Amino acid sequence: MTTAVADHHHDEVPKGITRWLFTTNHKDIGTLYLWFSFIMFLVGGAMALVIRAELFMPGLQVVNPHFYNQMVTVHALVMIFGAVMPGFVGFANWMLPMMVGAPDMALPRMNNWSFWLLPFATTLLIASLFVPGGGPAAGWTIYPPLSIQGGMGVDLTIFTIHILGMSSILGAINIIATILNMRAPGMTLMKMPLFVWTWVITAFLLIAAMPVLAGAVTMLLTDRHFGTAFFSAAGGGDPVMFQHIFWFFGHPEVYILILPAFGIISQVIPTFARKPLFGYSSMVFATAAIAFLSFIVWAHHMYTVGMPLSGELFFMYSTMLIAIPTGVKVFNWLATMWRGSMTFETPMLYAIATVALFTVGGLTGLMMAITPADFQYHDTYFIVAHFHYVIFCGSVLAMFSGVYYWLPKWTGHMYDETLGKVHFWLTVISFNITFFPQHFLGFAGMPRRIPDYSLQFAEFNMVSSIGGFILGFSQLILLWVVIKSIRGGKKATAEVWDNPEGLEWTVPSPAPYHTFATAPEVR
Amino acid sequence: MSAAHGGYYLPDPTKWPTITSMGLFLLALGFILNLHYLAPGPWLMIAGAGVIVLMMFAWFGQVATESEAGKYDAQVDTSFRMGMGWFIFSEIMFFGAFFGALFYARVLSVPWIAGDEFLWPGFEATWPTAGPAGATYIGPDSHDVAAGTFSSIGAFGIPLINTLLLLASSVTVTIAHWALKKNQRGALCFWLFITVALGAAFMYFQVYEYIEAYSHLGLTLGSGVYGATFFMLTGFHGFHVTVGAIILAVILVRCLKGHFKPDEHFGFEGAAWYWHFVDTVWVGLFIFVYIL
Repeated sequence: MTTAVADHHHDEVPKGITRWLFTTNHKDIGTLYLWFSFIMFLVGGAMALVIRAELFMPGLQVVNPHFYNQMVTVHALVMIFGAVMPGFVGFANWMLPMMVGAPDMALPRMNNWSFWLLPFATTLLIASLFVPGGGPAAGWTIYPPLSIQGGMGVDLTIFTIHILGMSSILGAINIIATILNMRAPGMTLMKMPLFVWTWVITAFLLIAAMPVLAGAVTMLLTDRHFGTAFFSAAGGGDPVMFQHIFWFFGHPEVYILILPAFGIISQVIPTFARKPLFGYSSMVFATAAIAFLSFIVWAHHMYTVGMPLSGELFFMYSTMLIAIPTGVKVFNWLATMWRGSMTFETPMLYAIATVALFTVGGLTGLMMAITPADFQYHDTYFIVAHFHYVIFCGSVLAMFSGVYYWLPKWTGHMYDETLGKVHFWLTVISFNITFFPQHFLGFAGMPRRIPDYSLQFAEFNMVSSIGGFILGFSQLILLWVVIKSIRGGKKATAEVWDNPEGLEWTVPSPAPYHTFATAPEVR
Repeated sequence: MSAAHGGYYLPDPTKWPTITSMGLFLLALGFILNLHYLAPGPWLMIAGAGVIVLMMFAWFGQVATESEAGKYDAQVDTSFRMGMGWFIFSEIMFFGAFFGALFYARVLSVPWIAGDEFLWPGFEATWPTAGPAGATYIGPDSHDVAAGTFSSIGAFGIPLINTLLLLASSVTVTIAHWALKKNQRGALCFWLFITVALGAAFMYFQVYEYIEAYSHLGLTLGSGVYGATFFMLTGFHGFHVTVGAIILAVILVRCLKGHFKPDEHFGFEGAAWYWHFVDTVWVGLFIFVYIL
């Protein structure tokens, strides 16, 4: 314990660039994460527009095929590791200490390190596009033997993944320690807001899954440069082994991308339905069940690779089991809204859109879980449509919901509701214009990751590209809304919304630099 | 200066994490340039490694100083414990990837390759194997192998000695811990020193074994999937033993300086946890890589 004088000194907000470089404050680090995530979202989005421009018409017109493949690969890596994962860690940094009534994250210096690894790592990834031979072009899954044949860009990607993985593991350790060790007196586990619950489980997934990816890319590196034969049948290894190790990481990874999103909309829906969350404890157990199942379903990404029948059957049934806890969640969100006094501010619109459109992606996922059916869908645009419905409509729309929901708490000003609604409708409509036709393209047999296509796919691709460009440029509205809210606007009250639940609404808006220096009492 | 908020220690802004990230960036970039024989590679690696070593002295030194100054309360101690525990869990998962590769190759991929009579005629599934296009395996410990063949390291020579060394070191570090709890400083330093010495002996034998493998047994990283799994598993383990021994040596220096109290010594315990972890991994290696 120190004196009041020391406390006063500590409450001053540091000035200048070193505030951001050297900060140990969870709100500053959260802000850094969120801005980094948004910048990466625009970078990855620009790459998506290169892809959609090339696919606007059949034939090759904008980029050469090798560069197209690099765009496909780096777009995915940037969006997954640069935009979505850091975005949710940004939310965690800002909100978790306030939600559990803690003064900061458990390990503030390590928190700074987790963030500042990111810009350096993504510099390596972006640099790979400019080295001889170009960036990685084997898809974000970097399957050998294609990834073993690539040039220096693949090595840059491997080390990018190493450093990003370190960042994720350190961030996850910090989050678990914060949630398990820093809760205010009375904040028992089963009183924690659902966003906190989803993050503690996500952090566990991160710590369990990211090192496995590190191992996989290390084997790739030694196969490339040091003569090992992990993925070469001539040496007794197997390229398919990479796929197994990769997806042992990769499937928990997709839940890492979605569980915090479930957490956010579980905060937003009760507020705007003006009813407590329906089935709180079933939500917690469903989240845990999804996390457990995520470790025993990985090979459903590999049905067509030539597995034994027993493997295909096991992974088919285990995958279909996931529909049960996910269904519980969707049911609970609907039941929370049922007969609520609902209003439809932007966060609520986004939350409802998440529930509806994520469910579309979830149901196409069930279709692909059926092994014989997947033989038709595998590596077609049906898959592309599916995972954009779950990652964009699940993760990204939920993040938008969270941004609009907590922005007044962060900046102290209400956002522009009209602009928010314009952003919402443009995003949701143009998303569906972009990706809904891709279901049909996939059914008709259009393969993914190919820059050219047969003439019968032309109309749907043109529609999809038009939607893609509207979707991309609509995101600048979000940038405008955020800047506008930072610079001014209607003062936000401490509660912001109509009697929302949670400790974050008991502190003023904007939240002071340090909150809960004295732990709040939780009843 | 820093302030305690509600009793929890919140550090002041710090420059070391950013500098560390820069060091790591230089190290990675230098390594990649080295792989492609590009000029500034070694220099970048040296610069990056230098930054990281500097950081360790400065950042970890700061934490040790703060700890001795009594700035950390029981709650901070718990945060450190959770951090270390989950870090070790992440390390276990990292080794899990390589153990997974070993099991997959032995149980699935090698028999599958042998089962395909058209792709690799005449190849039979054995273990160890360097695969259908690799060198032929001629049994353990046969020195001076002919070209095109390789041998492996038998379990009950050096690997058994190494097992006993590491198991003994786990006992000695526990004895040192008991001594610390009873405030017997002399015994603490003595048994900790023995632990570090046992770790160093382990590394000596491991290096000796590698030299044997490369110079007499024909067993290299390029010896197919056996050589790959053997060297990657034992190599990463050996790296972890080295790191663990360095950590214990630093803790020994701190013990000699009079750091740690009988009831407050997480720095010591964290190092001991890590040491037990590398020990446990070795037992897995001894069973699955050497014996079976």
